[in-house]
Amino acid sequence: MLDIAIAYNRYKFLGNEFLTWLWFIIETGTENLRREDADFVSMAVGNRMVLENTRNNTKETVTIKGDNAGLEEGRLAVKKGALVAELHLSYKTGAQHFEFSLKGESLNISSLKLPETGPIETAEDLEGVVLEKIYLIEKVVVLVNGLFSRFVHLRLSDTWDSQTKAHIHKWAGAI
Amino acid sequence: MGLLSSRNSITRYKVSGQLDEPVHETVYQGLKKHTIPKIEDDGLESIVGWTSIETPYAPNFEGYSFVFGSYMLFALRIDKKSIPPKLIQKYYTLNVAKYLADTGRQYLSGNEKKAIKEDVINALSRRIPAVPNVYDLIWDYHSASLWFFTNLKAMNEALETLFVKSFNLQLIRLFPYTAAVLTSELSDSEHDLLRNLGKNRSEE
Repeated sequence: MLDIAIAYNRYKFLGNEFLTWLWFIIETGTENLRREDADFVSMAVGNRMVLENTRNNTKETVTIKGDNAGLEEGRLAVKKGALVAELHLSYKTGAQHFEFSLKGESLNISSLKLPETGPIETAEDLEGVVLEKIYLIEKVVVLVNGLFSRFVHLRLSDTWDSQTKAHIHKWAGAI
Repeated sequence: MGLLSSRNSITRYKVSGQLDEPVHETVYQGLKKHTIPKIEDDGLESIVGWTSIETPYAPNFEGYSFVFGSYMLFALRIDKKSIPPKLIQKYYTLNVAKYLADTGRQYLSGNEKKAIKEDVINALSRRIPAVPNVYDLIWDYHSASLWFFTNLKAMNEALETLFVKSFNLQLIRLFPYTAAVLTSELSDSEHDLLRNLGKNRSEE
């Protein structure tokens, strides 16, 4: 395995490509997401997206914020070669609703809002609530791991260059 | 910054290596050895150690209280003294004025100014209590995975250092490259393609 510090910087782009692909998947066909979660209901872009274009040795950043914000500028940025660097997501599975953000370069999860869990009224309640929280977090972690793994296999296949890239560019251009 | 907060930030790790059996006892010994000290050492700017989730200001790991089902839960606590710069400036100015009055001089050398500033910082540091910050973690030993409840780089580094010291196990942060290599079950040819992808990209 590569030195960790070198690998972090060298493969930042892979996380950003993953988020760009994820946005594309969300907008063009969430049946792909159902494969990762049998109880999948929906996934949507939440209230924040950051895009970065690092071509030509400069860094341009586009930030889109706000509930129900239009994402046309984001697609335009993708068309010009930008990648999604941060993505806030709203995810529904079964009767549960999660919100969280993913950062491309680190794959860190932030602002994770879980469905409501039971109250802690006595010391005995703690273990139950802790295990419930772990179960809920695990759902998000498993989903992210599964999606990233699927993306990596696709990214390393011939299909990426021959089909997927073209599909993403076509979608970004169809504003 | 904990599991029970309404919103969480999580940095994910793979744990590399195995502990001596029985695992819970080995972890208990590691936690006990590196528990955050109860009495603050006045000379230190910050102290780092383990604490318990239920009682973060009075660490207690007795009876394997850090075990919840098949998971281990405990927390990293960092107590840090933070002196406001304006407070340093105030006492520095007062001390310089007093020094000049006492010595009857009009100017101070650079070294004297530096020494006065250091004295001020040391004096304030002894008087100002350290501010505790607690960051929970969940360790699933069997799947060798660990979730740390913050994305702050300095806290991640503190965790990685203390974890090795306490348990003699390496933590590998999961980011795009490590997640691809360690959790995506790549074939040998995919490993090669991934390596080339990074090389090509860094040459661009």
